[in-house]
Amino acid sequence: MRVQGRGLVDRNSPVTFRFDGIAYEGFAGDTLASALLANDVRLMGRSFKYHRPRGVLTAGSEEPNALVTVGAGVGQEPNMRATVQEIYPGLEAQSQNRWPSLGFDLLSVNDLAAPFLGAGFYYKTFMWPRAFWEKLYEPVIRRAAGLGALSGKPDGDRYERAWAFCDLLVIGAGPAGLMAALTAARAGLDVILADEDARMGGRLLAESHEVDGMPGPDWVDSVLNELQAMDNVRLMSRTTVTGAYDQGTYGALERVGHHLPRAEKRPLETFWRIVARRSILAAGALERPVAFTNNDRPGIMTAGAVRTYLNRYGVSPGKAVTVFGNNDDAHRTARDLIAAGVHVSAVIDARADAAVDVKAPIYKGAVVSGSSGRKQLESITVRSGGREEKIATDCLAMSGGWNPTVHLTCHMNGRPTWREDIQSFVPTPGAIPGMEVAGACNGTMTTAACLREGAEVAARVAADLGKKAKAADLPKAEDDPYRLTALWHVPGKGRAWLDFQNDVTVKDVKQAATENFRSVEHMKRYTTQGMATDQGKNSNVAALAILADATGRGIPETGTTTFRPPYAPVAIAAMGSGATGKGFAPERKTTSHAATVERKAPLIEAGLWYRPSYFPQAGETNWRQSCDREVGYVRNAVGICDVSTLGKIDIQGPDAARLLDFVYTNTFSTLKLGRVRYGLMLREDGHVMDDGTTARLGEHHYVMTTTTAAAGQVMKHLDFVTQALHPEWDVHLISVTEQWAQFAVAGPKSRELLNGLLDTSLSDDDWPFMACGEVSVAGVTGRLFRISFSGEHAYELAVPARFGDSLFRLLVARAEAMGGGAYGMEALNVLRVEKGFITHSEIHGRTTAYDIGMERMISAKKDCIGKTMAARPGLVDPERERLVGLRPAGAAKQITAGAHLFNPGDAPVRVNDQGYVTSVAFSPTLGMNIALGFLKRGPERYGETVKLVDHARGVETLCEVVNPVFFDPEGGRVRG
Amino acid sequence: MGDLIAKSACDGLLPLEIGGATLTEIVFDAITSVAPWRGHEQAVSDALKSQMGAAFPAPNRSTGKAKSRAVWSGRGQALVLGPPLEPIAGAAMTDQTDAWACVALEGPAARDVLARLVPIDLRDGSFKRGHAARTQLMHMSIVLMRTGADRYGIMALRSMAGTLVHDLETAMEAVAARG
Repeated sequence: MRVQGRGLVDRNSPVTFRFDGIAYEGFAGDTLASALLANDVRLMGRSFKYHRPRGVLTAGSEEPNALVTVGAGVGQEPNMRATVQEIYPGLEAQSQNRWPSLGFDLLSVNDLAAPFLGAGFYYKTFMWPRAFWEKLYEPVIRRAAGLGALSGKPDGDRYERAWAFCDLLVIGAGPAGLMAALTAARAGLDVILADEDARMGGRLLAESHEVDGMPGPDWVDSVLNELQAMDNVRLMSRTTVTGAYDQGTYGALERVGHHLPRAEKRPLETFWRIVARRSILAAGALERPVAFTNNDRPGIMTAGAVRTYLNRYGVSPGKAVTVFGNNDDAHRTARDLIAAGVHVSAVIDARADAAVDVKAPIYKGAVVSGSSGRKQLESITVRSGGREEKIATDCLAMSGGWNPTVHLTCHMNGRPTWREDIQSFVPTPGAIPGMEVAGACNGTMTTAACLREGAEVAARVAADLGKKAKAADLPKAEDDPYRLTALWHVPGKGRAWLDFQNDVTVKDVKQAATENFRSVEHMKRYTTQGMATDQGKNSNVAALAILADATGRGIPETGTTTFRPPYAPVAIAAMGSGATGKGFAPERKTTSHAATVERKAPLIEAGLWYRPSYFPQAGETNWRQSCDREVGYVRNAVGICDVSTLGKIDIQGPDAARLLDFVYTNTFSTLKLGRVRYGLMLREDGHVMDDGTTARLGEHHYVMTTTTAAAGQVMKHLDFVTQALHPEWDVHLISVTEQWAQFAVAGPKSRELLNGLLDTSLSDDDWPFMACGEVSVAGVTGRLFRISFSGEHAYELAVPARFGDSLFRLLVARAEAMGGGAYGMEALNVLRVEKGFITHSEIHGRTTAYDIGMERMISAKKDCIGKTMAARPGLVDPERERLVGLRPAGAAKQITAGAHLFNPGDAPVRVNDQGYVTSVAFSPTLGMNIALGFLKRGPERYGETVKLVDHARGVETLCEVVNPVFFDPEGGRVRG
Repeated sequence: MGDLIAKSACDGLLPLEIGGATLTEIVFDAITSVAPWRGHEQAVSDALKSQMGAAFPAPNRSTGKAKSRAVWSGRGQALVLGPPLEPIAGAAMTDQTDAWACVALEGPAARDVLARLVPIDLRDGSFKRGHAARTQLMHMSIVLMRTGADRYGIMALRSMAGTLVHDLETAMEAVAARG
């Protein structure tokens, strides 16, 4: 119910929203949880395993119970915490893990079966038959136990990632964080203040304390106003720092769109990487529940949460509230409620010697031992000196003390330190390099001390970074000592819940200890305590305290489980943001792309490049027809193909020739100006890295081409050689791949085509095979290379890329007028297989120069990378699988790449393997299927028959072993 | 014989104006890579000064002005943006005019846009006017220059111009959508 005169919500801005289909009204500034409580809705979810009715336990991001699904359909967001989700007009939220409805949930029968479903039940029960686990048990269990679901459709929302840099990252904007940020900012540091709440201020918004003589929220506003006005401060609200990583990098999740109606282009969340020279963790503390029988009914929550609802949201979670605690802090809840006019039924303090200054029935040395009410708390049982008494109440505010939020300090393997006086773990200094800790997360438990520590730590950091902080005037604030006596568990019959989200009870933890899962890490995994999305924020310390008791050890000896990032749940969509669809990888497009698409050519991806597969024409019904036609262009007339994707590396300098001689197996220092040579490059281990042609453009100037696939690898290799192996060489490398649009003009009519286009016509004398030089194309200076990947008389013509589109259209139009046209990758592949030319199908990383029949290309006159290793006996063994051609023996049958080769009489099993097929093509020129492959002692076996077996595709056929050069073995055409 | 028609790298893609940022293509008359041979560093720098009015830039820096700039692009290498250069003795030079998609991102939101794509520190004190970097934009390798208080020059591989514009446009939209 709303309480008049309390809260920071805007009562002039009503907001209508729906929960489980029913419309409610709240105010701007409400969370879903506070607005529902204001409407007396306490039942907000069903528990994970037993489907117990649950309400909110907390008022913050640690909430284990009140998880809802926001929205419906493609954009539905499961497992949103009602305590974090702000309301906005039109918000639609649904409860989860219930069927058919939240009020009547059939799967709550699990709760009746609870005696059988304790820790280890699944492990013990569903072991056999083994095959049933994946198909039957797991799906059924998942159906019954669960959280919200995604829509199953591709995510329609935007997420983004971003980087930020600062001198100081302050994590948390409560009293310590605000004071730290203020001190550091005044000293001139570049400060980012990040807080996970929509509104900064931390507990100062939730308490009734005065700071500096004014209400806490007013003091917060005054500080924020000052910070906002400073250029060196960046305030990031709704931003949860989720992880601490190496070198001062922090992950943070900002909720950008969750609190607003959907807008098409606004991201829902931003995943930040914040790089900070220093950080101050001021993350505060989380209140811990007390484990007593049936401590999970809707209406039972932490005492601090009750104060938050009252003081921040103007909501009392109950009409008659009972307060139960083991510390003085809990008394504040009763005092604030009474001051607001809410009835307090009782204050129960577990300590017999507690001083309780509250005008309500007081029970000292007493505990709450049970509760009743099914979907809502109706009464509690107080046990005092052996007597039990029922008290009617609809809300119990409980406090077992506060756990400092040490999580981030443990993200780099640090372990927290136990402090006996506050019965809590605190951060171990230095656990994260560059991180300081201040305030309640450091075990500093009063407002005045938090303010002081924030200022002190920030001043220290400023001094460390060479800035001087003025001694701050510390605002006056409450400084009441935080006194408590440990209280983890109230003994009794029935289930006392520790981990509300994963339904783990005190009994489960004891059971784990009994079954010898005594290590805290084993207990965690056996019971699943702390393994839900709240990561045990509400239960870790209590669970290990009970484990410590059950195993007869102290809490520090028992230790904590490991805290890992993220501190709060992060959508995978946020971490991978932008990298879907077009954002997955850059698209590299050639200058002929538009013309290619206009011709409806299907595109294939070659690395990041998009290249045409073939250019279909009217009447063609499958790719083979197009491909055969395009092969015919090149063999009979002239074909045009964009080859710009091949890597082109400009190499200049006095030692350019020396570099080429070193990286290629053959010699380039002897190459004449204006000539091109084919080169083979080995890896250090003697296997083939890449091949290509290199042209000599000047005395100290070469242009190397690489394959499309290996362009990056070769550039990296050359960089390595020139930086690491021979840094003394004066040689300069730069990629010119993108500068030139380069087209193959191939076929018997290629020269005729070019002569109609170039400003000076070509002759055999001036332009023999493997010549290169500058040419003028319609007044544009280009480069011409007489090289061939088809075995035909062919050229590659390059012009600056801006003319690529225009030149491609011109070349294709001219080729078409001469009975030729454009050809794609399929035809290119057929042409080269007919000639036995290799690609990375053959030089796939495991083959040597010897294997591909090019061992004579390793010059005996000089050293080169890979030469020594290539000479190892195992790499020149005649038994090795070596390159051959294959063609069908007898009737033409299918030949498939990837098939293996066997002797005809052998069974097609691994031990009989003789080799494999790497490339296949139907040769329209020869009218049959042909293939390249590797066969043991291959070149010695021409004329033999081998059995080709493709186990994966069920193909088996006999092939004849032949020379890999199927077409024009004398090479007359290329020179003609 | 037909004439060859020139198309710029971002032909048909730009300009864009979204929220507080504009994205425009810059077309330079020439882009030339210059890498001095060993021992020729000073002479090459002097030659640059006389040819285009700016010295050879130090690592992560650019020199010169809008129409005539030299930007560091790698170990012992700079790209000269603007005027075509005469050959310089003792320098490896290549024509890079067509190799790059060059864009300017400008406006009060420019830095926020880049912060979504580029992983380096762009604060005033760290990335000043005249600073440059070889870095990443989303998944692409780029040359980034700060050329004004709210103006950045970005160079990406020409073949990736579509992706460059897509990534920048997406980030511009996201920044603008925050209002």
